[in-house]
Amino acid sequence: MTSKTIAGVEVEVDAEGFLQKPDQWNEEIAKEIGKEYGVEDLTDRHWMVINFMRNEYLANGAAPSIRALGKKSGVSVKELYQLFPKGPAKLAAKIGGIPKPKGCI
Amino acid sequence: MSGNIEKVSIVISKGGLADIYPGLIMANGARMEGIEANLFFTFFGLDAIRKGVNAKIKVATVGNPGMHMPTILGAIPGMSAMATMMMSKKMDALDIPPIPEFIELIGETGCEMFGCKATVDMFGLSKEDFVPEMKEIITVGEFYEMSHGGQIIFT
Repeated sequence: MTSKTIAGVEVEVDAEGFLQKPDQWNEEIAKEIGKEYGVEDLTDRHWMVINFMRNEYLANGAAPSIRALGKKSGVSVKELYQLFPKGPAKLAAKIGGIPKPKGCI
Repeated sequence: MSGNIEKVSIVISKGGLADIYPGLIMANGARMEGIEANLFFTFFGLDAIRKGVNAKIKVATVGNPGMHMPTILGAIPGMSAMATMMMSKKMDALDIPPIPEFIELIGETGCEMFGCKATVDMFGLSKEDFVPEMKEIITVGEFYEMSHGGQIIFT
């Protein structure tokens, strides 16, 4: 685990850049991580997914599966891949400041 | 992670629940990692994308050493249905969808699906027998063309 400064805040990240402490996160950090991984503008649809992931993680201690994301986040699986082309579950978790999702689905 | 794999073509050649799921999980998992993926269904693997048929796929309890069950017990009527029910319950708890829903989900991830022409002809099937996610019925040669630049995984 290493420290990194994102949007002026020092945060703890793992080797792949996932925040380790969700409470160190803020919306400016989200925007900067998004830019770094090719999501230039975070739209309302992006925020729906990011907030859903964060809330699920904070409530259950685990990130939701892609199946749960498609069913419950309000955004279909197809749109998830349009919003986060390089893998929605992982990228939304990274932008949302929660640890890397561990599930296979 | 270095993320060197950029594309995979996964062949699903066997029917039965336990033989279809691994390929589907690998295809979905590839897309989750941002890896381009496509699926090629051949022989009894075609059951996974056959309308109606794909909702009734069961675990094989006979001739399946992984069941740790004597053949004679596996052959008892209802045994396969029971094993299927038990496995489906466990998979649902892990958020692994039933096959028809899984095919839809994988289709939405942008993974394209193809049927094997030789098998489709052999079974006397046509495009109408398959779920809409199946894009095309293709030959082995076309499969290789489509797999260009990626890794082929045979299951």
